[in-house]
Amino acid sequence: MTSVVATLAGTVFKVLVKPGDVISPGQEVVRLESMKMEIPIEAESGGVVTEVVVHEGDFVNESDPLIILGE
Amino acid sequence: MTADELAQARKKAMAGGSEKYHERLSVSHKLSVRKRLDLLLDSGYVEDGLFANALADDDLAADGVVTATGTIDGRTVVVMANDPTVKAGSWGARTVEKILRIQEKALDMNCPIFYLVDSAGARITDQVEMFPGRRGAGHIFYNQVKLSGRVPQICLLFGPSAAGGAYIPAFTDVVIMVDKNASMYLGSPRMAEMVIGEKVSLEEMGGARMHCTVSGNGDLLAANEEEAIRWGKQYLSYFPNHYTQKPPASLPKDPAFVQWENIIPANQNMPFDMQRVILGLVDEGSWFPIKPLFAPEILVGFARLDGEAVAIVANQSKVKGGVLFVDSADKAARFINLADAFNIPLLFLADVPGFMIGTKVERQGIIRHGAKLIAAVSEATVPKISVIIRKAYGAGLYAMAGPAFGADAVLALPTAQIAVMGPEAAVNAVYYNKIQELEGEERQAFIQERQTSYRQDIDIVRLASELIVDDVVEPYRLRDELTRRFHLYAHKSREFSVRRHPVNPV
Repeated sequence: MTSVVATLAGTVFKVLVKPGDVISPGQEVVRLESMKMEIPIEAESGGVVTEVVVHEGDFVNESDPLIILGE
Repeated sequence: MTADELAQARKKAMAGGSEKYHERLSVSHKLSVRKRLDLLLDSGYVEDGLFANALADDDLAADGVVTATGTIDGRTVVVMANDPTVKAGSWGARTVEKILRIQEKALDMNCPIFYLVDSAGARITDQVEMFPGRRGAGHIFYNQVKLSGRVPQICLLFGPSAAGGAYIPAFTDVVIMVDKNASMYLGSPRMAEMVIGEKVSLEEMGGARMHCTVSGNGDLLAANEEEAIRWGKQYLSYFPNHYTQKPPASLPKDPAFVQWENIIPANQNMPFDMQRVILGLVDEGSWFPIKPLFAPEILVGFARLDGEAVAIVANQSKVKGGVLFVDSADKAARFINLADAFNIPLLFLADVPGFMIGTKVERQGIIRHGAKLIAAVSEATVPKISVIIRKAYGAGLYAMAGPAFGADAVLALPTAQIAVMGPEAAVNAVYYNKIQELEGEERQAFIQERQTSYRQDIDIVRLASELIVDDVVEPYRLRDELTRRFHLYAHKSREFSVRRHPVNPV
């Protein structure tokens, strides 16, 4: 089990995946909004989305988990 | 000693450690120290101290380090290279003396020095002879500090650099690490477990990948030793032999592509790949990024413009929006300092929303790290040109060599914006109360109208009319414009201030 985390503090702008989705390495899973920029957050490794931890509009801090991936 | 005995002794010293240690090298995909030197240097180098510790009972060929003077592409360089087959490349008294002497050779010859490091650290049994004295191991680091900024110091890290030895890479200008084999640490995992109770693997604590992505001690992560050596030579090609010379030029080449359409999105908030802008500007095959895996929201590296070396600092909006963080500020400050020391002109490509804000970065000291970057930008007296590619907001403009920081020219692409903050943030800040009073469509219309007016206010031609930017340049003209300007600025005055040295933010 791995989690995809926020690379910087910001607001969740779009969640691009849902539980059950199969993710490939490097795929964008969440888009944050921070410093008036859209920040794509990519999964480093692939896997199946087991949980989406955040909702659109949530504030997240750097290194907070956004998506949980399973095998 | 007879001629035969001498030949025997020489053969023994050249051979390094015993056969079993040479076999171990090939298991870990390492080359012998002699092979490393053959790949790095042109043929025909000379060596001093081959017979160091030749009469010792132990197998101490050359006392575990080869020190050579030779050439790379015809340029004189000196090299210190640990021999991992001799007591794991550890340092005895003569090892240290040989290293000191080759450093002094670099001072005398005013030439670059390479450190080919693969060493377990000090031989504890020899500590009194090699650790504390005037010409003990500490003097190696003292010499490195003295050499710093005078001649290029390049470290190729092939294996461990442990404890005190870890400072050799730390004091060089650039550290190229071989993935899986290279490591740096003050205390080994075994020591960490004994002294602080931490259980951790070597790779996790001090491995090459960790240092090139997290700690910032490593600059480049090479797949193998051949690649590391090739990169070391390419790195040197952008540098002069010492600080009073200009970097050597190469044959000019056209960029890999000249295709500006669709690189920079119209929407200011959308990320794009700044590396494509760089590749569209510089000579094909010349882009040599430094620290590409560390703080990738800022790109730094060397390249050539019409054959001439140039040092590039560019915001990468593809990563973290191109916002400046603690690590990105450190990375850029160090790089600017390096380029300025060796007379390599600086090109800034700005697309920066500003420095990051929020609790996390304030606690990390974003202000002092940002101050460090801005100090480095200010002090750099090489020709420097800043190009506002898309936007420069807030102190980001200062960090990217904006008009107030001694840039020889600040240019802008036609679509660029410069402001304290972007239109959305500015309108929200100035008209917050008014916006709160309005509702629905009326509110939206008001915001739209104010943003449009704000955009007109920071329109780039308006900023040019106020003499804030020196020229507005279409993208397809940018390469020629930069080449011409750098050529014209080549002999600028390098005076900045009178004093012993600045008291820099750290």
